[in-house]
Amino acid sequence: MTDRVSFRVPLLAITIALAGLAPQPARAEAEPDAKAAQQTTAPQPPADVTAIDRPDDAGDGIIVKWTLSKDDVKEVTEGKTRKVVRYEILRRESQEDKFTLAGEATFQKSSFVDPQCDRTMSYLYQIVAVEHEDSKSLAVQSAVAITPILQYWDTRRTWFLVILVLICGAVILFIQLAKSGMSLKVRKIAGLEAVEEAVGRATEMGRSCLFIPGILDINDMQTVAGITVLSRVAGLAAEYDATLEVPTSRSLVMTTARETVQAAYLGAGRPDAYNEDNIYYLTDEQFGYVAGVTGTMVRDKPAACFYMGAFFAESLILAETGNSIGAIQIAGTAMPSQLPFFVAACDYTLIGEEFFAASAYLSGEAHQLASLKGQDVGKVIGGGLIIVGCLVASAASLLGGDDTLAHSIVSFLTDNVLGDKGFLP
Amino acid sequence: MKRTVPLAIAAVTGFVLIVSYFIPYTQSWGEEAMIWFDILAAVAFVLGGGNLLKTHLQKISNRRAGWGFSIVTVSAFLITLYIGFSKMGVNPAEKFPEFSWSGDYLTESGGFGWIYHHIYLPLAATMFSLLAFYIASAAFRAFRAKNTEALILLGTAFVVLFGRTHAGIYVSQPVVDWLTAISGAEAGSLAGLRLDRITSTITSIFVLAGNRAITIGIALGIVSLSLKVLLGIDRSYLGSEE
Repeated sequence: MTDRVSFRVPLLAITIALAGLAPQPARAEAEPDAKAAQQTTAPQPPADVTAIDRPDDAGDGIIVKWTLSKDDVKEVTEGKTRKVVRYEILRRESQEDKFTLAGEATFQKSSFVDPQCDRTMSYLYQIVAVEHEDSKSLAVQSAVAITPILQYWDTRRTWFLVILVLICGAVILFIQLAKSGMSLKVRKIAGLEAVEEAVGRATEMGRSCLFIPGILDINDMQTVAGITVLSRVAGLAAEYDATLEVPTSRSLVMTTARETVQAAYLGAGRPDAYNEDNIYYLTDEQFGYVAGVTGTMVRDKPAACFYMGAFFAESLILAETGNSIGAIQIAGTAMPSQLPFFVAACDYTLIGEEFFAASAYLSGEAHQLASLKGQDVGKVIGGGLIIVGCLVASAASLLGGDDTLAHSIVSFLTDNVLGDKGFLP
Repeated sequence: MKRTVPLAIAAVTGFVLIVSYFIPYTQSWGEEAMIWFDILAAVAFVLGGGNLLKTHLQKISNRRAGWGFSIVTVSAFLITLYIGFSKMGVNPAEKFPEFSWSGDYLTESGGFGWIYHHIYLPLAATMFSLLAFYIASAAFRAFRAKNTEALILLGTAFVVLFGRTHAGIYVSQPVVDWLTAISGAEAGSLAGLRLDRITSTITSIFVLAGNRAITIGIALGIVSLSLKVLLGIDRSYLGSEE
């Protein structure tokens, strides 16, 4: 019995083994067939995969480049579908075994920026051309692992810094000169001259002044500029005993405006006339704010309306409502798209730089006015660059060719001073 | 002290933002400074909400002009606040189906989303649509030909407005064809006189040049004012020391 069992076990094992092995040659044949079929239908792989460190960054980016798959054609013939729809960019850290998906690039793209790298790691990349999920090319790998490098200086912004230092230096220089007694002449700005007239008119008519500091928060420079103008308007209102109302669309602007107006009333020797309830918050929502302010305008009919800050679509609604109630209106903004609306609907408009000059102008302090002279230096630099650029570009166009000196100067100016690598990165 | 501390905070934050623009290593510092501002602004919203309630409740209590509107404002504020905080009508999130409040409060099926989509948005659109009428009334005043400059403005506005319509091309094409025929010029050489082309020239050359001049002035103004704020030369926005 035992002998029979001992004989049967190896026999069974051999039978099972044979049964298990029997279909294998057939499957082994089928696999190369499927692989061959896939290789004939799958797109051609991309080539020359390289990875380089992204310049001018904090060591967190790598640029991967490759040559397009031969199947990635620019134009697809009519009736056919695109063979390469996208590229998959796979990444692995040098000490790991498995590649994971780092991102995708569409067809006809031969580079990809991997922005989430660690500068203490080295990375290897693979690129796969994809037609669809079941039709992918063989993966092509970068030859060497790359480690992102931390740069301590963003070289693209060097020219921006040079121009910034020149302008800031000029502003500081003129402030110092003014402090040492240099006389300054600043042209009259009609809109700012009219501030006193507007507040005086409101006082005579026994009506209030309405000050709108824009709809952006205090982190916007236009709001800060508006608040500095509010300081002067509040000083005049305190002096003339006029009521000043300031509806705001941001809580922080409300608190800042309250502090500023209170300081102005104190400075004018009228702390008792300050009423913090006149500076109130309405809503953060743009058109909700407009509804609230225009409602106040129609009900209270202020005699003077000031719009100083950042405005968007609400600018004309506010200014036209103010116009309809017969208020004297002074606006100031640095939003070029809203300036025409204010010009059309207001009595005076501070255009761009005039708005930022308002604080210095209204203060009348020599060192503040001197900063305007510093701005003029900036204009001279800007104007000079424009004239040189126009002359050289015209010369390059007349001379023709790509290798002339004029052409090189134009390229340098547009690429390094003004273009993507310079003043406008 | 009351002005020194805010001035120091403004100056340090400002310089951090400038440095982070030029030095890649410090980029995250600038981002963090802005996150701090966002936190501050979010907390300050409580101040704003409190002030809104105070102002309108005072108005209702004193029966000042328009106090009826204040009742609407306060009611709308409190109802929206309650519906938003309680996530009324919000479907639970897939991950936590047992918690009815786990879904996103902004979904349209929820009460807050419903208020936003069916009350707030139509009201905002109504306010925005007023702009069309105001543009007409402002244009009527701005384009009155009182002097030479106003006449030029009127003419330019007419060309640009008309040139942006199909009628502009339809009307000006025969004129251009006629001019080409009588002058004997090459076909297509006078196409630049078509109203849509003139409009394009005006907007891409004259308007763009003017716009850039304004933009350069704005940039210089921002640099100058920022510098004065950072260095504490202009402190008028900070309130008084007392």
